[in-house]
Amino acid sequence: MTVDQDAFRYLADAAVSVELETEDMTLNIGPQHPSTHGVLRLVAKVDGERVSDVEPAIGYMHRGYEKICEVRTYPQITAIVNRIDWTSGYANEVPLIVAAEKLMELEVPERAQYIRLILTEMARIASHFMFMASFPLELGAATPLMFALRERERVLDLIESVTGGRFHPNFNRIGGVKPAYGSGSTTRKITQDLPAGFFSGSRQAMDAVLATCDEIEDLVAGNEIFLARTKRVGVLPPEIAADYGVTGPNLRASGIRFDLRKVSDYLPYDRFDFVVPIGTMGDSWDRWWVRLEEIRQAARIVQQAIDGVPSGPLQAKVPKIIKVPKGEVYVRAENPKGEMGYYIVSEGGQGPYRLKIRSASFSNISILPWVLEGVLVPDIIAIMGSLDFVLGDVDR
Amino acid sequence: MARTMPKLPGTGILKGLKVTLETMLKTLFLPGKYLATVNYPVVKEYPVPRARGVIALDQEACTVCMLCARQCPDWCIYIEGHKEEQPPSKPGGRVRQRAVLDRFDIDYALCMYCGICVEVCPFDALFWSPEYEYSEYDMGEMLHDRERLQDWLATVPDAPALEG
Amino acid sequence: MNVIVEFFQDNFWALLILKLLIIAGLIPVSGLAIGFGELKLSAKMQSRVGPYFAGGRYGWLQLIADGIKFIQKEDIIPAEADRPVFRWAPALVMASTVGLFIVIPFWPEGSVAGIEFSQGSVRNLDVGIFYALAISSLSTIGVLMAGWSSANKYSLMGGLRAAGQLIAYELPMVLSVIGVVIMAGTMSLQGIVDAQAGFSFFGTVDSATLGHLVPPYMILQFVGLVIFFTAALAEMSRIPFDMPIAESELVTGYLTEYSGFRFLFFFLAEFANMFTMSALAATLFLGGYLGPGVETYPILGPVYLVSKIAVLVFLMIWFRWTFPRFREDQLQNLAWKILVPLGLANIVVTAILKVVV
Repeated sequence: MTVDQDAFRYLADAAVSVELETEDMTLNIGPQHPSTHGVLRLVAKVDGERVSDVEPAIGYMHRGYEKICEVRTYPQITAIVNRIDWTSGYANEVPLIVAAEKLMELEVPERAQYIRLILTEMARIASHFMFMASFPLELGAATPLMFALRERERVLDLIESVTGGRFHPNFNRIGGVKPAYGSGSTTRKITQDLPAGFFSGSRQAMDAVLATCDEIEDLVAGNEIFLARTKRVGVLPPEIAADYGVTGPNLRASGIRFDLRKVSDYLPYDRFDFVVPIGTMGDSWDRWWVRLEEIRQAARIVQQAIDGVPSGPLQAKVPKIIKVPKGEVYVRAENPKGEMGYYIVSEGGQGPYRLKIRSASFSNISILPWVLEGVLVPDIIAIMGSLDFVLGDVDR
Repeated sequence: MARTMPKLPGTGILKGLKVTLETMLKTLFLPGKYLATVNYPVVKEYPVPRARGVIALDQEACTVCMLCARQCPDWCIYIEGHKEEQPPSKPGGRVRQRAVLDRFDIDYALCMYCGICVEVCPFDALFWSPEYEYSEYDMGEMLHDRERLQDWLATVPDAPALEG
Repeated sequence: MNVIVEFFQDNFWALLILKLLIIAGLIPVSGLAIGFGELKLSAKMQSRVGPYFAGGRYGWLQLIADGIKFIQKEDIIPAEADRPVFRWAPALVMASTVGLFIVIPFWPEGSVAGIEFSQGSVRNLDVGIFYALAISSLSTIGVLMAGWSSANKYSLMGGLRAAGQLIAYELPMVLSVIGVVIMAGTMSLQGIVDAQAGFSFFGTVDSATLGHLVPPYMILQFVGLVIFFTAALAEMSRIPFDMPIAESELVTGYLTEYSGFRFLFFFLAEFANMFTMSALAATLFLGGYLGPGVETYPILGPVYLVSKIAVLVFLMIWFRWTFPRFREDQLQNLAWKILVPLGLANIVVTAILKVVV
């Protein structure tokens, strides 16, 4: 096990603690806190400034998604599901629809697949920029917040111009992407195809995104203070990460080369040329750097995809009332936070009989008791921030 | 990676300082290009035509089929109607019936702006409009009745041109 | 007019009270001005506008509006708090800031419109710098009182962190100042400024002939200036040393339970402290009120001092909005293992230089 022993460097002076009878203080980093990304409660036992034990208490935001989805139809579920990981709205809808299409054995038109891919990569950029904004803020630097959110606005404006919603696009339908207003209309069909100016706007936005990535890198990455706060802090060895089910950039930062985009075929990623960044040590700095590089690669994918969007229909030929045939299917996708999966059990109705959502952040924060043992209290914040989870994703 | 690591100790900090100073000077002297703030409500940004702001109703087109109320995930549309008898189209013909809308309320305190109602309406009675400034002090005012929904129809923009 | 001037010049107590009233007025003004500068400058560094609507589309009324808001808030003291300690903590912190204003020389000796000015500060103490450093460490007790008396684990942690940090950074501050004292030969601040005025580079070029444009101690004591500036940032608990406040972790640390006017005290004390620490640094290292033409027009003295303070305050604001914060063991590392040896080396080199050169 290649655990960096320096990470456990806060062993107190043993002689002193033998003489003084002290008790560990229970510090409740409570549900209302500026930097727990939502309502997460950490019951931490601290000895002075050193943490001896951490127990996360989740469930403050449990909304009962899986139960809600049992009594709704697929278009309604699509409208709801993008609220699971709200920083990247569109990416939550894709594996759900792909799963339903797999059960129906539908062939999705190329144009729809390209549009899905472009929007998913934009959602990835949006989510990672949110991370770029909040992680240095938790460490104390307030300026990258503004830079990152400024660029995130551009991406969100683009998503809004296509789908009508910034965070909750609700743009997928079984068989493709949403084709029209009033799809039963006999008089006027307004197609929700890409609006004029989308391609040029996307090109400008990706240029601005890449420029801001350089700016944030200059501001944050080489900064000695930032390095001192994140290098060798929260080292996650690859075996432990794999054992706990950590996925996404956290896993790649620990050195495991695993990206569903290169392996799965839920979207046509194999037509594009992009690099998957892999970290070396698995500390917080690596997790930050992997996400920065993923923004750059996502911008690259979008630039390539824009140049090659084929023309064609936006949705396959599907009946007006869609009934998904009986069966079970599990589809997983590479969401910005990690691996998101939908397991659908269908009994032939308009909606699923049972929908199980495997969310990335739930498994990602299961690592917290292991990685937070023996660190100082400020490091709790740094490590939690670098894991990049949202409570909507954890609790569903 | 080579870009980020400081070559001499202490230069990483200086690079960060340079970025902040540059941004400050750019924002002070070239605000047109670099200032990111839009001073709402003095200056307003108009959202894109497809933005989902509020739903408008065309009462003439509605036939009280109740599809939108049924498909709404939040069940926030309240519809009531009754059937009226109309004279036959030609003398001696069958008496026709026509559904008349009594009540069409959308509760915007519940609405999640998903657009399913607009999508499933078979008669093009519902439209999206990018208007977003309808906040109220009283929760009850967030229930828009059919007259108010009809008024929103004036703000519905034309469909944007499509990419070639 | 002459009667009033002579009354003040003859009556010691009247002059003292007048000077104290001026200082009392200067504290909120300096606090507000620096606060406003911080809000606007930090906004420009982040491509925003900053306060805009308060005060005619330019925002200068924002802090006054904030002050009025704070004053009219309910005074909440937690039920389990130690009430007298809780009440006196902000007063101590503010007192240490106010006490520093007294020794800083604001204007040179001279005469304006026929009125003779003798002293540049409220009281020109012989142990000026010693007094200044001692008074500034009163705030440590204030912070500890604040952290301990709010019955809140977060505040306690913040207060303890603050105590450790403030005590640790006292030593580098003192050491950096000793170099200046050795070079000037006196501890009184007025004497230090006079020494800088009469300084001659290598025995040939006089500082006065250069128009006081090159502060001698900035070059000779550059290491001291850096150490003093870093220690001053730490004493004020500003980023990168704001572990005690650490907004994203401890929800403002030792200040968590303070609301309303008491919070305003801390807030204003921080900004006024920025002013006084910069004034100290400007006096010790940058020449205080010296500048071209200050002998003939002594009224320019405060102008030069304020502009030097403005430069230093800008540096403080710039550092705050660029850097993340240190963890406190890294803080202590920096203080004890890096700054203290540097300060000691600085003293040795200065002493050698003073004897040799």
